[in-house]
Order: sequence, then C-alpha cells, then structure tokens
Amino acid sequence: MCLAIPAKVVELFPGERSRALVEVTGVRRHIDIGLLEDDPPVPGDWVLVHVGFAMSKISEDQALDQLRMLTMLGESEAAMEEVQGYGVET
Amino acid sequence: MEAVLSKIRFRDPQIEMAHGAGGKASRRLVEGLFAPLLFGDSTEPLGDAAHLEVGGTRIAFTADSFVVKPLRFPGGSIGELAVNGTVNDLAVSGARAQALVVTYVLEAGLPSEILEAEVRAMAKAAACASVVIAGGDTKVVEHGKADSMYITTAGIGRPIPGINIAAASVRPGDKVLVSGPIGDHGITILLARGELELEAELCSDTRSVLPLVEAMARVAGPGIRWMRDPTRGGVATSLNELARDCGLGVMLWEDAVPVRDVVRGACELLGLDPLHIANEGQFVAVVAPEYAHAALQALHDWPGGSAAAIVGEMREEPSGTLLGVNGYGGVRAIDMLVGDPLPRIC
Amino acid sequence: MKFVDEFRDAAVITKAAEEIRRLAEPGRQYRFMEVCGGHTHAIYRFGLKDLLPPNIELVHGPGCPVCVLPMGRIDDGLSMARDPNVIFCAFGDMMRVPGAQGSPLEHKARGMDVRIVYSPADALNLARKNPDRHVMFFAIGFETTAPSTALVLMRAKAQGVSNFSVFSNHVTIIPAIRAILDSPDMRIDAFIGPGHVSTVIGCRPYEWIARNEGRPIVVTGFEPADILQSIVMLLQQIRAREAKVENQYKRVVPWEGNQAALRAMAEVFELRPYFEWRGMGFISQSALRIRDTFAQWDAEQRFETPGVRVTDPKAAQCGEVLKGVLRPTQCKLFGKECTPEKPVGALMVSSEGSCAAYYNYELRKQPVLTTIGAGISAQA
Repeated sequence: MCLAIPAKVVELFPGERSRALVEVTGVRRHIDIGLLEDDPPVPGDWVLVHVGFAMSKISEDQALDQLRMLTMLGESEAAMEEVQGYGVET
Repeated sequence: MEAVLSKIRFRDPQIEMAHGAGGKASRRLVEGLFAPLLFGDSTEPLGDAAHLEVGGTRIAFTADSFVVKPLRFPGGSIGELAVNGTVNDLAVSGARAQALVVTYVLEAGLPSEILEAEVRAMAKAAACASVVIAGGDTKVVEHGKADSMYITTAGIGRPIPGINIAAASVRPGDKVLVSGPIGDHGITILLARGELELEAELCSDTRSVLPLVEAMARVAGPGIRWMRDPTRGGVATSLNELARDCGLGVMLWEDAVPVRDVVRGACELLGLDPLHIANEGQFVAVVAPEYAHAALQALHDWPGGSAAAIVGEMREEPSGTLLGVNGYGGVRAIDMLVGDPLPRIC
Repeated sequence: MKFVDEFRDAAVITKAAEEIRRLAEPGRQYRFMEVCGGHTHAIYRFGLKDLLPPNIELVHGPGCPVCVLPMGRIDDGLSMARDPNVIFCAFGDMMRVPGAQGSPLEHKARGMDVRIVYSPADALNLARKNPDRHVMFFAIGFETTAPSTALVLMRAKAQGVSNFSVFSNHVTIIPAIRAILDSPDMRIDAFIGPGHVSTVIGCRPYEWIARNEGRPIVVTGFEPADILQSIVMLLQQIRAREAKVENQYKRVVPWEGNQAALRAMAEVFELRPYFEWRGMGFISQSALRIRDTFAQWDAEQRFETPGVRVTDPKAAQCGEVLKGVLRPTQCKLFGKECTPEKPVGALMVSSEGSCAAYYNYELRKQPVLTTIGAGISAQA
C-alpha cells in the first residue's frame, strides 16, 4: 500500500502511450503511466512509482518549499503559517 | 543415545526454502538437528571453518555447497562462487586455502558447453586464488533435478600465522570493519533472474578475500578477534551471530556502511534492506581498537579494499543484539533474516 | 537519491525534533495514530520514536492490508491454485502469510506454482507468455494499489487475455478510520494521515474527521522529515485548538486526488456491502469487488472456493491493538505464542504490522539509548 519511490522518467515510447522507462540511482524499470493519462509526464519529470505504476508527478517546487519550511523551523512561528490548512474551522 | 536425542530441538515438520536462506530458520536446522547429532559435545560456536589438529599439524577444513540460479550472472558464475566461497570461508577463519576438492551433481540434459564454461571458470578462479583443485566426484541425476548443476566443495588450508579468531576474545570497544560495499551479489542475482524486470549496471562482487585478510593481518594480526564472510543473510545475519556467540551487543553506524547507489536504489524500490543481502566477496571483521585504524589503512592501501570502512563497535549491552544507529540518533534493532529476503509493496 | 535523501538529512531532522520538543506541552499526553502500515514501518526503521519526547505516544493504526486480511481469504486464494494448471501470483508481502494449511511459500515448497510479482502488470504479462496456463493474481492493498489492479483488468479485457483472473482483496481506508473513531475505548488525539492512498483519493475524504470528530489530520509523506514535520503540524493545530485537514506531502499528493485513478477504480470495482477485517470484524462498504462487466476476470466467479471463515484464537487481541487500545506488548500472546516466525494473529504476520514491527525493531533496544550520543561522537 505504501512503498512508493521517486523515479525519473528517462524515455517514452511513441507506439505505447502507457509505457515509460524510469530510473532511480542507476536502476531502470519500465513502468505504466496510465494513471497519469490526464497529464502525462515527459522525460526529465519525476514520478512516484508504486507496484510498477506512476501514481503522481513529483513537484520539485513543492519539495523545495517544504525543505525551506523545515529549515526555518523554530526561527519564526509565523513562518509555519505558510502551511495552508484547507479544512473547516471547528 | 537418549541424551543426544533429547538435545534435538528442530521441530519443523518439513524443510522449506527458508532453511537454506542463512537466517533464523537455517540456524534452527543446524543448531537443532545437525549439531546435536553430528558435532559431538563441542560447545564451540559454529564457524565458517573448523581448525583441527591432524598428525601434529594444525589445519583448517571447510565445506560448502553452491546452488544458484541463474548459473551465470554479471560478474561471475557458479564455478567462481564455488572456488571463492571456499577460499573465503577459510580466509575468515584465519587460514590460507591450499587445496579444494569439488563434487558436481549434474542434471541430465545439461549442455556440455555450459559445464565446460563452469569448469573453466573454476580453473581460472583457482589459479587466481593460488589454490589447487586436488580432485572430486561427479554424479548425474535425472532431468528436472539439480537445476542444471549443484557444486559442493571441501577446502583445506593452513592457519595464517599471527591470527587467532575466537568470538570469546571479542571485547566491548572493539571496532567492526567491513571490507567493501555490501549487497552487490544478492541484488545482481535477483535482477539476473529477470522476474522483477529491473535493470541495472551491477555485478556480483565474487572474489577471494584472502589477499585483503592477509594484508590486514600483516599490520593488525594480534588485534583481529573475529571475522566472517557475510553470504546468505547478509551483514546483519553475520553480526547477529557475532552478538549471540560472544554475548555482547553490536552497535552499527548505518550511515558508515558502504553501499553502492545502485544497490540502494534497487533495495528502496523493492523494499529490501542491503544489510540482509548476500555478499560473495566481502568480509566483516572485529578488530581491537588500537589496531583498527592500521587495519583499515592496510585495506585501503590494497587493491580492491578502497571502500573498506569502520562501521561500528562492540558494546556491553544489549547483549546478543545488533543495533543500528542513524545520523540523527534514531536507533533500531536489526534482526537476522527469517527466510529469503522478499520484495514488498507495503 | 533525489526526493529521498533531502528528507533524511540529519540536520533537518534534528531541527524538526527540537521543534517538537518545544511545542509539546509538558504534563500533557498526546496520542497520535499513524494509519498507514508504511508509516509504522518508517517510524521503526528510522528510530523516530527515540526523537520524540516521552509525552507523545504513537499508536499504530489498521492501515496494513496484509494484517487485516482474514485467514480464510488466503485459504480461498490458495485453493484456486490447487489445479496444477494455475499459477498463483502475489506480492512478496503475501508470501509468508499463513493460511490454515500453511503460507503461499509453504505451498510452493509442496509443489504449487507460486510466484512473486512486483506489479499486477507482471502477472498479466505472465499470462500472455503462458497461454496454456491460467494466471491468478491475488490482489491486496488499499486505494493506493487498487487503481493499478483496475488498469490491468481493463487491459486484460481490451486485449482479450482470457487466461488471467484477479482475486480482489482490496480494502478502503476511510471505513477503517471510522471504525477506530467509533470504538468506545479509543483515545486518539490526532492522525498522521495516509500518504500514498491520498495520491489517489486526495485530502477531501478526511474532512469529516476534522469537522465531525474534531481531530486534526495531516496527510504525511514517508521520510523521517515528513513524519516529524507532520507531528509539528499536529502539535500546532492542537495548540491553536484547531482541527483541520492539512497536506504535508504536497510534493506528491494533489488535494483533489488522481481523477484518472479514481475513474479506473470506478469502472472496474464496486463496493462490497460488507467485508470482514481480521481483528476488526465486519465493516460495511469497506472492500472492493470486481464488477460483473469484468466477471470473466474475477477469480471469485471463475473458481469455487471453500469460503470458510477462519477466526483467530480468542486469546489473540489483534483488534484492540489495531485500534490502539492496547500496545503490542500488552497482548497476552505477544512474544510467546505469537512471534514473527510463528504468527498467530494479524499484526505479527506482515513486517509492518505493529506487533511485528515492535518485535523486530524495538524489543531488544532496552536502556542503551543514553549511550548512543557517545557512540556517535566516538565514531572514527
């Protein structure tokens, strides 16, 4: 259910829309990108791979944002307010 | 007779693959069935090789069997594993291999050219390891048995002067060394089987570790307390055995353990732990602290030893346990394998 | 490894741990449940509990699809593969799960054709390569995995691969969380929310937890920095007396989920009226069965199965541990009759089940933690 790894798309296949070759530190596997058909990845994109399927694209911006927030922890409580909650007030 | 029978503690109803995986089930079989019936009253912990007195001379003696699918894989084949594996068992017991005998169990229908390739590989590996193949035996079984071929070896050698290996000599504060990157062999085999559809530039690390052991022994001989070649079950299983055999705790600094990126990536993808993956060209050693840096330097200076590292140390507590510490102080107990490492999705 | 190593960085983690200690009010007890088995595994693998102050307790939830699978379902699956023409495929996680007559691996040792696959797509490929055999894929997992199974079934149908079927044991996460919150003994203050399930279902399905139950829930990633950051966010909500859904795992989880994945699931699966969860009893609308439009690929329709209900021994207290009412060590069988090598109950069966994780990673640590600091600084 949970084991999913970030991998880089290195090759697409013109005849097979759902197939992509991805790589993680030198390990390569063909995966299925059918679950991303609404916004297919291109070579260079990073995707999250679970049981041989791409589940989601990984946003480098969001990752950097998150790391920035982590490094700012404790420096200013106001900085944490950047983390938007989408829920309902109780 | 009854006293011996009562020591049999092996209660599993049938043999499973796990019994050959080098982890807990294997240990149960060896300690619970073979040891009480075959190894007499010896209370010595079971090591890689036996050191015996024969006609006034101390010799080292070991046996091993090789079952691998596929027979050929990047970096080697069953023939090389057979030679190097036997030489390594002797080396980590503190002995220099001199001669091997080999038996082949061959499957009817095996193409002769495949057999010839393996025999050539063995001859080459033996020459490389400066060891003589002194004889052997061959049996052929029906098609469908023996997975093409099984190889068994027995090896004999002389103790390396100045080394005295004993789990009982290990002390708190002793350092744990590893000779190079771990996990290469097991992951290579897993990928070579082709069932997981992964590709990587990786090959087995099969090699004789004798030259490295001797290089280390020349500068640190008196300080070498214990060694093992971490084959099936990996470094974690070997260090668990160490902890059990000497009654101390092992503290492993996980970030210090050398692992190639590609092995790490494959393990992350499959949910495996490199510490549980088999190696065929590495050893772990416990060295007294005053000799540890000299030992490490000797390995670094020797071809093939550049990635050696000090990866941990012995502690008083917790007794019989291997603990892993990461870079921010998180601690986990690392057990030996139950059976074969299985990929997971969760 | 990109997107992994940065979130395992020691400096980042140490800072997050300090912030947690700063935010946790002394004298106040916090109980946070991580729902996902993957989070349980990560917490133990990275030794994260050692970084938390003693007044924060992590309670392990039921999000382990192997753990909650009733033994009878394993027997059903294995009975389908009794015919030597059938190849039984499953993820590695399933291989050691014991059925009444042994696990899939044990059946393999007795001659059954049992194979590990990494992907349901590999099982379909196996069917294509072996037209004379029937390939049966034992599917498990929450909504993370179900869309992949769905796509594979759609492909099997489109390509007319007739020697392939799926035995669906997919379950859904929300009913499990509801069962936790409905339990009268439970005292969970907040949730470390599922990460990868949320890439499919998004964050909206958790809103009722915040709104109706007043519990904060943070959708969380699986690296140490993710889990610690999530705990920071939960503590901040509690401090501000808030209860809302937040997304810590923004680099991967879209708030609205993955529409293509949800479409695939809807096309292939429908909810079973009820399904038994090991240790938790029957839960309605909590599991997926294959629609009749795919009946030809539904192993439950192609094979006769015993369908026998196998219950755990009464002494096994899996249900209470699953709901966080008991700790693993408080179950009477823990470590004695029930160990990872001889599991009796659900939570010892999978390596991420809370009992197995505790047994493997925690049990033997004991009072050695105060010397860890010295160990690191003494490192060569």
